[in-house]
Amino acid sequence: MGSLIECEDVWKIYRVGDVEVQALRGLSLTIEQGEFVAIMGSSGSGKSTLMNILGCLDQPTKGHYRLNGIEVGNLKPDHLAGIRNQQIGFVFQSFNLIPRTSALENAQLPLFYRGLSLKDQRAQAAAALGRVGLHGRGDHYPTQLSGGQQQRVAIARALVTSPSLLLADEPTGNLDTQSSREIMGILEALNRDEGITIILVTHEVDVAAYAAREIVIKDGKILSDRVTKGRPTSSPVEV
Amino acid sequence: MSAFVWLTIMTALRILRRNRLRAGLTMLGIVIGVAAVIAMVSIGEGAKRAVQAQIATMGTNVIIIFPGVTSASGVRGSQGSAITLTVSDALDLKKRIPLLADTGWARRDVMQIVYGNRNWNGPINGISPSYLTIRDWSFTSGGPFTQTDLDSAARVALIGQTIVENLFEPGEEPVGAVIRIKNVPFRVIGVLAPKGQSAQGSDQDDVIFIPFSTAERKVFGTSFIGSVGAMFGSTDQVEDLPMAAEQIRGVLRARHRLQTEQNDDFTIRTQVDIGKVQEGTSETLTMMLFAIASVSLLVGGIGIMNILLVSVTERTREIGVRMAVGAKRRHIVMQFLIEAMTLSLVGGALGIVFGVAGAKLTTLIAGWPTIISVNVIVVAFFFSLVVGLFFGLYPANKAARLNPIEALRYE
Repeated sequence: MGSLIECEDVWKIYRVGDVEVQALRGLSLTIEQGEFVAIMGSSGSGKSTLMNILGCLDQPTKGHYRLNGIEVGNLKPDHLAGIRNQQIGFVFQSFNLIPRTSALENAQLPLFYRGLSLKDQRAQAAAALGRVGLHGRGDHYPTQLSGGQQQRVAIARALVTSPSLLLADEPTGNLDTQSSREIMGILEALNRDEGITIILVTHEVDVAAYAAREIVIKDGKILSDRVTKGRPTSSPVEV
Repeated sequence: MSAFVWLTIMTALRILRRNRLRAGLTMLGIVIGVAAVIAMVSIGEGAKRAVQAQIATMGTNVIIIFPGVTSASGVRGSQGSAITLTVSDALDLKKRIPLLADTGWARRDVMQIVYGNRNWNGPINGISPSYLTIRDWSFTSGGPFTQTDLDSAARVALIGQTIVENLFEPGEEPVGAVIRIKNVPFRVIGVLAPKGQSAQGSDQDDVIFIPFSTAERKVFGTSFIGSVGAMFGSTDQVEDLPMAAEQIRGVLRARHRLQTEQNDDFTIRTQVDIGKVQEGTSETLTMMLFAIASVSLLVGGIGIMNILLVSVTERTREIGVRMAVGAKRRHIVMQFLIEAMTLSLVGGALGIVFGVAGAKLTTLIAGWPTIISVNVIVVAFFFSLVVGLFFGLYPANKAARLNPIEALRYE
């Protein structure tokens, strides 16, 4: 069994009018199962583009991206949707819960597209909500939940399919310090206790510090890639 | 897949419930279209049935033969003004044409009828007894006159409901009373059951029947004995009517010694011919209804498409999230199609309810007969479904073709 993620000379080139934008320029990267990686970089560095490609929302213009050994580059949109559904969980900066839909139904959503029976959907979604500390909050609507709680629902939605990869794009960007710590604590625990591979995009150093490996992107290339053992001991984790 | 479809329907219903006002306004076009069609078809069907009933009052499988027109120095008289048909024509027709179950004849004139201190001007019909059976007249009291009455030129009369109402006191029994027609006393021996309006709109109950011979000799003062105003025939089977009419034409042409280049000096109408005229009218009506229905369903469909396009734009981010967590294109297409069809079907169902209620109200208020046909309801429902499907396709495809990255970034 190879690595979870293998990027080999990945290029992403957009064409905006007559201008060619090279968002990624021959980026190569390998991430193993069970890693907790922070991707950092200023805006325009290409980290969002990399996230989209890693999350199978987008495909490289050139180069190879293999997820769990599957070459993603040439797959059709519906096939990509299937891979996202089976293998990837997303956590977004702005939570992206479906409005006016209960926490449980939000958490159910990926299972809905798997065609599971309603009963199984509910049971698994309720269990996922439990894992993020939202026992019995399934009937709450997004507007009735705090930002931190909404992000927990989003994590539950990402977890519910037992993905091999969890992609968190600025997960604490819209949260206060206390909620940020809670969310990061949950992600850390998921990585530590359940071995879920987490890739975290952030530009906050203290958030990146939760990860065990830090990759800095600049101008569509990797500027630095180092293992950071140090985890903050000053902020106790509360799940 | 079925769990998916079911949940999508539930989701669609919930979304519609949340936007009740918007959904209601969107559905309005379909509701009005379907309701209008159902109400109007019901009224149309009712009218058609009423006309059919009126035509049925003519009798069963009736053929009517009118004399031709007179022509004096190129000035032509009205239909039936010629005196080309005679009693012996009628008797001969019956003898020669086996298809004819019976023949009868009549001659009418409007005259004053007097009873006590009341009077009325009504059509006096001298008829053969067979006329009554051909035209399906029945009696509320008394009964018909007979061949004997005809032979003896008896002074007996049968009177219609309108005559009864105008000559007699309410509750007074007309049978046995003596009325005077042109100063000749007649004994009323029967009161005719009401028939109502004819297909042409005249009052069929404003009528007095007396034996043809009596009318000829004692009332009308006819100069040509034996000439009739109209002849009537009937067949056992409705299918025999055209054949019988053709045979009548042949016999009459021969009897009247008409050369091949001469036109008929009579006109033959069958009940089927008269029915066809009415059917033509209702077909025109049906085509108009179809046009109205098409336009309103089209407008309703465009309304649905419009609101779905708004919905796709509003929910771009949601669509992005759904795609991110694994919704395939067909899932997104299905979701919006089901929403469109839910809108159109709920609209269609409401339209059916309003349409049926409208038809019932029309009967209740205006007193028009209405017939609610199940076919129309089924077709209306089916068309609402098709409208939803058709006008939902474009927004649904638009949603499914969104790029997930852009959709997720949409503000």
